[in-house]
Amino acid sequence: MLLIHCPHCREDREEEEYSYSGEAHIVRPLEPEALSDQEWGDYLFFRKNPKGIHHEMWYHAVGCRRYFYATRNTLSYEIIETYKVGEQPQVSAQGAAQ
Amino acid sequence: MSQINRLNTGARTDSTSRINFTYNGKQMQGVVGDTLASALLANGVNVVGRSFKYSRPRGIVGHGAEEPNAIMQIGSGAATVPNLKATQVELYEGLESASVNGWPNVNFDLMSITGWFGRMMPPGFYYKTFMYPAKLWMTYEHFIRKAAGLGSAPVQDDPDSYDKLNQHCDVLVVGAGPAGLVAAREAARAGARVIIADEQSEFGGSLLASINSIDGQVATSWVDELVAELESFSNVQTLPRSTAFGYYDHNFLGILQRRTDHLGISADSGSRQRLHRVRAKRVILATGAFERPLVFAQNDIPGVMQASSVSTYINRYGVAPGNRMILFTTNDNAYQTAIDWHRAGRAVVAVVDSRSAPSGEIVAVAQEMGIRVIAGSGVIEAQGGKRVRRALVAPLNGDGTEITGVVEKLACDLIACSGGWSPAIHLSSHTGAKPVWDETIIGFKPGQSVQKERSAGACGGTYSLAGCIAEGASAGAEAAKLAGCGDGTVHFPMPQIKEFSEQPAQALFLVPHTKATSRAPSQFVDMQLDVSASGIELAVREGFKSVEHIKRYTAMGFGTDQGKLGNINGMAILANALGQSIEQTGTTIFRPSYSPTTFGAIAGADVGALFDPERYTAVHRWHQEQGAAFEDVGQWKRPWYFPRGGESMQDAVNRECLAVRNSVGILDASTLGKIDIQGPDAAEFITRMYTNSYLKLAPGKCRYGVMLKEDGMIFDDGVCACIGDNHYLMFTTTGGAAGVLAWLELWQQTEWPDLQVYFTSVTDHWTTATITGPNARKVLAKVCDDIELANDAFQFMDWRDGTVAGVAARVFRISFTGELTYEINVPAHYGRHVWEALIAAGEEFDITPYGTESMHVLRAEKGFIIVGQDTDGSMTPADMNMDWVVGKNKTFSFIGKRSLQRSDSVRKNRKQLVGLKTVNGTQVLPEGAQVVFDPEQKIPMSMQGHVTSSYFSSNLGHSIALAVVKGGHGLLGKTVYCPLADGRTIAAEIVSSVFYDPKGERQNVE
Repeated sequence: MLLIHCPHCREDREEEEYSYSGEAHIVRPLEPEALSDQEWGDYLFFRKNPKGIHHEMWYHAVGCRRYFYATRNTLSYEIIETYKVGEQPQVSAQGAAQ
Repeated sequence: MSQINRLNTGARTDSTSRINFTYNGKQMQGVVGDTLASALLANGVNVVGRSFKYSRPRGIVGHGAEEPNAIMQIGSGAATVPNLKATQVELYEGLESASVNGWPNVNFDLMSITGWFGRMMPPGFYYKTFMYPAKLWMTYEHFIRKAAGLGSAPVQDDPDSYDKLNQHCDVLVVGAGPAGLVAAREAARAGARVIIADEQSEFGGSLLASINSIDGQVATSWVDELVAELESFSNVQTLPRSTAFGYYDHNFLGILQRRTDHLGISADSGSRQRLHRVRAKRVILATGAFERPLVFAQNDIPGVMQASSVSTYINRYGVAPGNRMILFTTNDNAYQTAIDWHRAGRAVVAVVDSRSAPSGEIVAVAQEMGIRVIAGSGVIEAQGGKRVRRALVAPLNGDGTEITGVVEKLACDLIACSGGWSPAIHLSSHTGAKPVWDETIIGFKPGQSVQKERSAGACGGTYSLAGCIAEGASAGAEAAKLAGCGDGTVHFPMPQIKEFSEQPAQALFLVPHTKATSRAPSQFVDMQLDVSASGIELAVREGFKSVEHIKRYTAMGFGTDQGKLGNINGMAILANALGQSIEQTGTTIFRPSYSPTTFGAIAGADVGALFDPERYTAVHRWHQEQGAAFEDVGQWKRPWYFPRGGESMQDAVNRECLAVRNSVGILDASTLGKIDIQGPDAAEFITRMYTNSYLKLAPGKCRYGVMLKEDGMIFDDGVCACIGDNHYLMFTTTGGAAGVLAWLELWQQTEWPDLQVYFTSVTDHWTTATITGPNARKVLAKVCDDIELANDAFQFMDWRDGTVAGVAARVFRISFTGELTYEINVPAHYGRHVWEALIAAGEEFDITPYGTESMHVLRAEKGFIIVGQDTDGSMTPADMNMDWVVGKNKTFSFIGKRSLQRSDSVRKNRKQLVGLKTVNGTQVLPEGAQVVFDPEQKIPMSMQGHVTSSYFSSNLGHSIALAVVKGGHGLLGKTVYCPLADGRTIAAEIVSSVFYDPKGERQNVE
């Protein structure tokens, strides 16, 4: 069971307080009607499934009810960082941010 | 039977005491401090079980979690526990034990006499035999289970209680042998919060059976002092009888504590077992090592035991399990067993040492005692039936692969074996650390730590007592420092210990026989599952190469002992057969659980009424008083129907539905989700979430809306009301409330944080009484005098603030039945009062409480959908014939809008909502029934859709059903068929999904 740091509560809490909400940083197209079916389908259905560093979204469902992002290693399950919506990760698959 | 093998030397037993127990119905006696295994050995019991495949007699081999053979059924009746290892069951007065296999009993087993069954079962038997014909599997399985199965689970409810404890600590020490005890002491001294757990009944580990002296005192009293010191720390929690069975992510470990098993008391002494869920900052694994058996012909005959176990039985329990012992060893360490045996006054026939010139200090000690040492030799075969009678000893070549001389027969009744030691790396493996082969210790050591843990002592390959203590001390100090306590300095004074310096051990994984492995009597690797060396070689000849495949093909290590003894020998034999090194072959990965864990402990107290929370409305007790039948809707208990005077469910529902249409009914709708939404951008936000627009919804007005997921499929529906400027109240389905709230939060927080809008769940704040029917207004008028109720003043889809039965209320004129309806919302604390006032006011109209079943029938008569029943996550509004709810002129592309134009969403033959009217109106279709066009078509028929809702309508006098049918909107009037599982086929006509009052005039009551 993971131990997850909520960047809003600023506490390490048990995984059972959270729910997983898929890949992070997916931006809704500003003009959906301008997209082809294929482009819209890419936004709707296609997600990364990396082995290693992954940015994902979590919801502190029975805590502060806030969504946030986590950088997690899908291989070791290590959570490298958690950060608020609107912020950028310090660590990515390309390495640490400058 | 008397305790023929009892000595008075047991350090942890009291040989003057008596404990009565039964084994397979026989009365026996043991002493205080015994395990069931030591007591059985004291009583001279040889055969304790029959092997899984070949039904061979088996005896006790080990003294702990590694025991493969002594599998017992303990107790009887509801509290019986199957498949416990006798080596781990503490003896208590009145204990009942029985072997789990052997038929008709372990001493006379028919299966072994017939013998054919064993020959039928080579490795891969399951795959080879049971693949074809598949139909026979059930027959085979039944036979196998009867013939060779393990114990029986109780059929009654478990009378015991269990609980769970969530724990946090700085340092968790697993294992309370010398390394673990010292580690815990050092960490505690540094101020760390420490938990130390050990699976045995008392702390001390290997020292409990040691005759070493530490600082001039016997090892066990050194242990006692250390344990007493640990217990004096307020920051230390000691957990004996507690097995750390799993090491999970982020330093989370499960520990099973057996609290009362050793007392034999059921139910009335608190929880029987407790599951500790421990989150530790640092973990020290001090889990010790298992002695490795030696693989020779017929090494499974009762009387072949682990050397360290023999020493343990003598020194700890005061039991000498035999009279004439041969020790077969590859190392110096095991000579201690010969010395212990000799001191116990029993005959050591010989020490057979595979090394050509054993020269260690302890070898000399044994020889000085007059013990015969046969060097450069091995026991190549044990002989005997239900007990060893003799050993065949032969000289071996230098690397132990060939017999080089004449075979000597030595009479004996016990062969103690030691092939060296294998570190207990199970918990380290759970973390994902890959075990590393170490040639110097001839074993796998824990790999690179993945979690915040380190191994100390024998589980890391350090076998000397002084080394274990030193490593424990430094691990404890280091762990405390890393957890933020102390500076990592070791304070523990190293004790004076006299240990023999040891000469190198020899690697010997398979003892050769005069015959080839395939021809020799079975040389067992895994006793519990009857995997032999020849079986592994056969599997290699059949083409298996990967250790993981071999494991599954031969079933090696699949037993309840998880191959704690046999695995390393098996892998080495495999490596040899493949002509490669053990390192190249690798090891299988251990996974949780380390040893069997009861379901009771995992469930804890979350059973029965505590399994899941139940939610009640404020009117719940009234419903109970009326004798309502309840239905679970999520966690809510909702009245299902209100039977009167022995009515059947159908009779009650018929009556309730008629009452609503003819006069007035009342429904407790409090469970509907309610979300209070406020903020300057509330209207804009809501409009983005629903298919229709709320920008122009005025205070006092309501609107029905449908919410889609971004893929265009219906997700929830409900009414949303404008309460005031920038203030809305959103109703959701009962089951969807939490999901909708999370959905709103998701979009606001991640996509449109610039929109100022706030959401609050107010579901439980309100009691909602829905009164519906032509007389609804007359009822409401009797208890409400401050709302103008006239049809044109308080119109359909309006809501009003007012006072109902003296309580401030919000009254919504909306309708889920098609009748004139008022949904009266009052603060939940006044719920029952208002409800009863409505019942009293409605008495003259025979107001009828109705439940969810009638609610379903009434809405189905009107063709109103229930999200999640008539939809399944693949239905668009158009599929539901609800295009009218999709705003065509909304400027913002609301959630799901673009998807409604996807080629798949506009496909012509999508499943579409229709009504079904059975040709025979008394027949009610089962929900879920498949719809086909041609009932004569050969199976598999072409499925055209399925029934989503189906009821008998007392108002219409015939059955009604809603269904989704491919292209259904264009098929009105077509006859379709529902072939049922019982062989009947019901014919039905596709009709409009609105069965009743299609023009919607019923709610316009003047």
